Amino acid sequence: MSSPSPTAPLPLRPHPSSLSLRAQVLLWAAQRASAAVLAICVLVHLITIIYAVRNGLTAAEILSRTTGNTGWAIFYGVFVVSVAVHAPIGLRNVLAETIEWRGRSLDIAMLVLGIAIAIWGARAVYAVVVG
Amino acid sequence: MSSTLRVRVWRGQESGRFEPFDVPRLESQTVLDVVTYIQRRLDPTLSYRFACRVGMCGSCAMTVNGKARWTCRTHVSKVAEDDCLEIAPLHNLPVVKDLVTDMTAFFDKWAEAKGQFRGERRRTDDFARVKPESRERVLVDEAIECIGCGVCYSSCDVVTWKPEYLGPAALNRAWTLTNDVRDVAQRERLSAVAGDAGCHACHTHMSCTERCPKFLSPSKSIAGLKRLVLAAALKGKV
Repeated sequence: MSSPSPTAPLPLRPHPSSLSLRAQVLLWAAQRASAAVLAICVLVHLITIIYAVRNGLTAAEILSRTTGNTGWAIFYGVFVVSVAVHAPIGLRNVLAETIEWRGRSLDIAMLVLGIAIAIWGARAVYAVVVG
Repeated sequence: MSSTLRVRVWRGQESGRFEPFDVPRLESQTVLDVVTYIQRRLDPTLSYRFACRVGMCGSCAMTVNGKARWTCRTHVSKVAEDDCLEIAPLHNLPVVKDLVTDMTAFFDKWAEAKGQFRGERRRTDDFARVKPESRERVLVDEAIECIGCGVCYSSCDVVTWKPEYLGPAALNRAWTLTNDVRDVAQRERLSAVAGDAGCHACHTHMSCTERCPKFLSPSKSIAGLKRLVLAAALKGKV
């Protein structure tokens, strides 16, 4: 049998977000929209990986197919942008709920994370498509 | 069914302990009957809250064997495990004493979510006519049945993690008013329920819907609010 002990008091507190209400709502929407894009991107990405591995493609053979290919450039470009949007917004919620990190410092940290993911991802896409 | 029920009841405030009681089992006995028996026959200092005893007032919610329930309509036979019951106050609310919680924060959030109806007609005006089959009225057919028992609020993980979150009941109330064609405070209400402490904090775990004793779906109401608020935000009205 479970043994719940009554929880500590939960005083009402103002939410110290540095973002406007509209921005908070739009972030929520951006996370949902990017999740929808990622669902497709991850599926295509996994199928591509399985195809490459099962057919024993070497790194050189993979690069020869991706280099100069506009289709792959657009696909992985969209993938990177979606991750850069999705991950920081989600992490912002996780950190707010688990370690009670709120406010401007959290928002700035997540913005930096998003930019970092975008730069790292763009480098990877550049390497694979341009060489 | 054995003749005796072993009951552990929370005594104290935030800090306290479970105290054991033996209570005779009866047919069709409710958890509220058990608590009442303890207070009237075994320990008159036990504090708990109830009023109507028939599932209308929303006063008697407690945590029974780990889950928030309305005790007046919860039969012992449905929830007792090995003839044992563990009865505690609701989660996510401060404990006043024993099984009584301070519901202030819970109802303050109804007010914060603009849960008050605001019309523009005066009593000298004619009645407003809302057709039962109209879209807005049908949308809130279930949600208006909330009795404010606090079971959903007590069961919500997001309230635990984010105490400023308005919670399922307040948002459900706001949803009923956003669909009330007589109400004139819609824009203000949508702003009140928007954002990180409002409907967008909900993760749709659906514990509220799972535990609601009236079988309502606050999750559905919150989803409706999310859509309304997003549409308003895109138009720059939030």
